[in-house]
Amino acid sequence: MRLNTFPGGIHSPTFKEFTATKPIKEFPFPSRVVLPLLQHTGAPLSPLVKKGDRVKRGQKIADVEAFISAPLHSPLAGKVAGIEDYFHPLLGRFPALTIENDGSGEEERKDPLCDIENKDPAFLREWIREGGMVGLGGAAFPTHVKVSPPPGKKIDTFILNGAECEPYLTCDYRVMIERSSAILIGLRVLVKACGAERVFIGIEENKIEAIEKFDKLVKDLPFPARVVPLLTKYPQGSEKQLIVAILGREVPPGGLPLDVGVVVNNVQTAWAVGRMAEEGLPLIERVITLSGECLKSPENLQVPLGTVLSDLVDFCGGWVETPKKVIMGGPMMGVAQTSLQVPVVKGTSGFVFLSNLYEKKEYPCIRCRRCIDACPMRLFPTMLGKFSEYQAFDEARDQRVLDCMECGACSYVCPSNISLTHLIRLAKAEVMRRSRKGGNQ
Amino acid sequence: MDILMPTVLIGVLSLIFGVMLAWFSQKFAVEVNPLVQKAEEVLPGANCGACGFPGCSNLAEKIVAGEAPPDACPAGGPKVWAELSALVGKEVDSHREAQKAVLLCQGAREVAGEVAVYQGLKDCKAAHLLGNSFKSCRYGCLGFGNCVRVCPFEAMIMDEEKGLPIIIEDKCTGCGKCVEECPRSIITLLPAREQVVEACVSLASPRETRQSCKKGCIKCSICVKSCPEGAITLEGGRIKIDRDKCNLCGVCIEKCPTKCLIWVGNELVLEEKELEAKVGG
Repeated sequence: MRLNTFPGGIHSPTFKEFTATKPIKEFPFPSRVVLPLLQHTGAPLSPLVKKGDRVKRGQKIADVEAFISAPLHSPLAGKVAGIEDYFHPLLGRFPALTIENDGSGEEERKDPLCDIENKDPAFLREWIREGGMVGLGGAAFPTHVKVSPPPGKKIDTFILNGAECEPYLTCDYRVMIERSSAILIGLRVLVKACGAERVFIGIEENKIEAIEKFDKLVKDLPFPARVVPLLTKYPQGSEKQLIVAILGREVPPGGLPLDVGVVVNNVQTAWAVGRMAEEGLPLIERVITLSGECLKSPENLQVPLGTVLSDLVDFCGGWVETPKKVIMGGPMMGVAQTSLQVPVVKGTSGFVFLSNLYEKKEYPCIRCRRCIDACPMRLFPTMLGKFSEYQAFDEARDQRVLDCMECGACSYVCPSNISLTHLIRLAKAEVMRRSRKGGNQ
Repeated sequence: MDILMPTVLIGVLSLIFGVMLAWFSQKFAVEVNPLVQKAEEVLPGANCGACGFPGCSNLAEKIVAGEAPPDACPAGGPKVWAELSALVGKEVDSHREAQKAVLLCQGAREVAGEVAVYQGLKDCKAAHLLGNSFKSCRYGCLGFGNCVRVCPFEAMIMDEEKGLPIIIEDKCTGCGKCVEECPRSIITLLPAREQVVEACVSLASPRETRQSCKKGCIKCSICVKSCPEGAITLEGGRIKIDRDKCNLCGVCIEKCPTKCLIWVGNELVLEEKELEAKVGG
């Protein structure tokens, strides 16, 4: 059978055998959680509680007026111990709310959502926002913004993203197998909210069990839905690549999937939405993968947001050997951490603990064009890298450096070990800074 | 006899070309305003771009044409401004002082340590892009020397051992290229004279600063209280020195518990620093 896929990409080892067969374990409530006031792409939140306040599990504790934002809810019942700068896995440090568990377990639940198909889409979008839903694939883009088509644009297709192409990570796979009924409820809410007519569920073919399961389940949905097995290739789970693979539509440069009438959401987002519809609990927990050769027992864990990494490591039995590198997210697009005190945020898909720094000497470019073959956005990474190195940022902009999504495929294949992705990131930051400054500088 | 023909031919040709060149050079001569030429000679000639015009010759044209003030070249300093103003006959503000770049960080390797191994590009801007700082202080100098690379006057050296750049005050013209380049904004321009400077830009909490740097400002306000002139204030988490009120008594420098207040422009300190740089480099 020919499997759907996109041009470019790389076939890296998947390392999923560490955790792929391990069922999701529920992490017990920690004694305290730390919740940074920026966990999504968009505007930072302002706290609605102050030091010393008592909060219930599921209570809204921070929000902001801005459209591109998602409120934050307390994953614990307890007392607010303070608001101060704390480690943030992506931003270094950021103001965060600390909540201490008082063990009472008091909860504030919303009413379950029933009769989904007859609800007004605008109501559903507001309902999704109130649940603090963001894309749980990693970018943490507010979900209600994703399912709001701008006036004049029609959404015809909804794609549920179960590709999970990052090496090591298996949390989406386990959620698909173990939480499939909630995913389908969430899917119905999201489809109704964006007004799509048909649904595709994209799953990489190395997740046979999930494909078989959803093949059976989609027949009961009230709209046409189909499971599309995809070639196991990185970055198959990237939104734009997924649309090319399934529909053959290409998102225009600088555009969004909305521009081609598509909405893409991660399976875990659908699970979180479905869970809120069923149980009335907003986004206060997520499933993450803790993996890598340094952990004694790698796990898939359902953890409350704000759980500190060192607690999770203790739960997994500690180290086999002390890791040299700790990465939040997968090893391709994840962010290296400098402390074990970082909390789990909404965008955390897992932590990977590596025993090697993989330091490689850099050599000059030999113009083998492997990076060009690998680039899923069909850019010329070698040229962009050179432009960045010689500060030719205008040329980099003209060569569409801003279309790069920093997947890291070019750095991975480079035989000369050139840090192409980092160079391109530098160029992107500089191009954006200059366009903000205005003028032709 | 074979040599005669080519010699005559080349000789005649060169005579013709010579005459033509002489005639063309007069006929198509480009008239240059002698004033512009003089102005260009006065300007530093580093084409640093600090004035905002593309190069010194363009600035010279603009100054002579009256489109730019005679003191438009920040790198030139009072001497150049005075000469240019005499040249074009325009007054300049005689109170304006030349400026020098000052590094507001003392976070050398042994002062503000490294908490992680950095494997990315050896470039300050690239390192600053990563949210997590590999240096313990997230406000301090990263030490990859972007400022040294952009300096058009070779007025900066990298002290590789300490991981901090050194500004050679004699060579620094105050063009501000390094100020623009630094992603963490720890270089600033100050009037080039003896000064007391707050060498820390950290906005972190005192506890975090204590943990991350031995010479960081911990906002204890001892300098604010001890200053006999009342020239020091704590504004928005940073020490601010009123340079009109400061009389260089040095009390604050003595009292500061973390030694984050330092002298700059002091001849003795300067020589010592340069010597150190030469030995270190």
